[in-house]
Amino acid sequence: MPEAYRRTLVRQVSQHAHSEIIGMQPEGDWIASAPSLRRKAILLAKVQDEAGHGLYLYAAAETLGVDRDDLTERLIEGRQKYSSIFNYPSLSYADVGVIGWLVDGAAICNQVPLCRTSFGPYARAMVRICKEESFHQRQGYELLMRMMEGTEGQRRMVQDAVDRWWWPSLMMFGPPDAESPNTQQSMTWGIKIDTNDDLRQRFVDMTVPQAERLGVTLPDPDLVWNAERGHHDFGTPDWDELKQVIKGDGPKNAERVSRRRAAHEKGAWVREAATAYARKQQEATV
Amino acid sequence: MSGENIFTGLTEEHDGDARWAFGTGFTEALAGVDTTLPAGVDGADLAVYCQMLGDDALVQSQRLVQWVTDAPELEEEVALANIALDLLGQARLLLARAGQADGSGRDEDAFAYHRDPEHFRNVHLTEAPRGDFARAVATLLVLSSWRLAVFTRLADSADPVLAAIAAKGVNELAYHREYVVAWTLRLGDGTPYSHERLRTAVADVWPLTGELFATHPLEAALAAQGVGVDPASVRDEVHEVVTRVLTAATLPAPEPFPGQTVAGRDGEHSAHLAPLLEELQRVAREHPEATW
Repeated sequence: MPEAYRRTLVRQVSQHAHSEIIGMQPEGDWIASAPSLRRKAILLAKVQDEAGHGLYLYAAAETLGVDRDDLTERLIEGRQKYSSIFNYPSLSYADVGVIGWLVDGAAICNQVPLCRTSFGPYARAMVRICKEESFHQRQGYELLMRMMEGTEGQRRMVQDAVDRWWWPSLMMFGPPDAESPNTQQSMTWGIKIDTNDDLRQRFVDMTVPQAERLGVTLPDPDLVWNAERGHHDFGTPDWDELKQVIKGDGPKNAERVSRRRAAHEKGAWVREAATAYARKQQEATV
Repeated sequence: MSGENIFTGLTEEHDGDARWAFGTGFTEALAGVDTTLPAGVDGADLAVYCQMLGDDALVQSQRLVQWVTDAPELEEEVALANIALDLLGQARLLLARAGQADGSGRDEDAFAYHRDPEHFRNVHLTEAPRGDFARAVATLLVLSSWRLAVFTRLADSADPVLAAIAAKGVNELAYHREYVVAWTLRLGDGTPYSHERLRTAVADVWPLTGELFATHPLEAALAAQGVGVDPASVRDEVHEVVTRVLTAATLPAPEPFPGQTVAGRDGEHSAHLAPLLEELQRVAREHPEATW
């Protein structure tokens, strides 16, 4: 395997794994206060799935000759990134639904083509992950449908959450193609199948009818159907904000990483115990 | 549905499973079970008994949720969330049965969200603060061993619904116990530090274990009807299991479970339950007219 190809994949797969693990936090905060036991079970199962996705992806990365512990160190020392979307706060239970609908929806748009990516272990992990993500997206959308059928206050919560998550969701596809340093090389190698802008367009086109059905407004005055192109035109995300968040100045960057670091450091004695026990067992059988 | 467009069906009308991209494959836990109250079973007593078992599960599940994003390793994230989910599932079935048995028609959420602490029937062990990982292991070792012993007997309950819930729960609880036994061995026979932390955790948990085996008059009555289990009857079995595990983990053999009278089963709780329930009930109570 060419070294540059390997390095690119390690970066992409480990960032993806980190995103799954950090992505547990914004929604995980709501499990304890979920407003019905059914919603609690759905959300707990979803956040558990994300831990599972992180596990497969770290395992896929390990086939490239890196070590999970080392990748975790890179995350908690801020040497590797994760999806910037998770640096925004989740302010109400409607956010749980909107994260499922828009954030998981955008993730699916990004990830379904990756089921055909050129590195087998990554592609195979994506098949299972996409199935579970599509489940999460539907659960999120179903929560929003129920909330929109509820009280006026609930409808306001949903619209408020849509207003806050719409633009960050569009930014999940990365910078515009003209400013995406890695896209061309990754496409040549068959790691990436579509460009950022193509995926973003696909997401917008899929989401608009879903928003109409739901009865919410997407917060973009420039969003309009363009019959000539056969696509929706839409406004330009605030790329300066994205740069700030990627740089680490988002609303929740510091908290997300420090929480992951705290859990990892607090758990060190447990992992050491497991290692010591395994060694004793091995010695006993030799 | 094509792989590239797995969510195009989102806005279409469907019935049942077809809404989900790949189907759910789920079957109702109580499908085919006769929910009629059998002759000779006191519905009011059965309802309270279901709350006892259901509240243990609900409150312990809520405690376990505190491990989400805080576990020592990703495998433990998955496992602890899984145990929490299983217990939540048991609680939902038991609380729904309570609402059928007492004739009130209350659903699972009415019990979970609209009772105050003095109406919860869980034992103190489940509401005690989460503590460290060793504490979680010590708590789950006793609790899952106890619950497995009780559910194994309840699978023959004269109430067919309780029997079905218990039969489903036995498989889950056997896994919980297996998981926690593995960690008891790792911590007890791991490093000197982990050994010490587990020893401390077992000592801290021990005073709370006796309540599990204290017989409430209602449990005695239901046991006599063949509906419930007298928890005193599983005391020796559970002690033997826990002793065997702790000894294998190089810890000292434990004291007998302390003799104790009923407390949580009668709604007498420690100061730890109210804040736990406040968090659980907050959103539901803030929006009383809402639908979720």
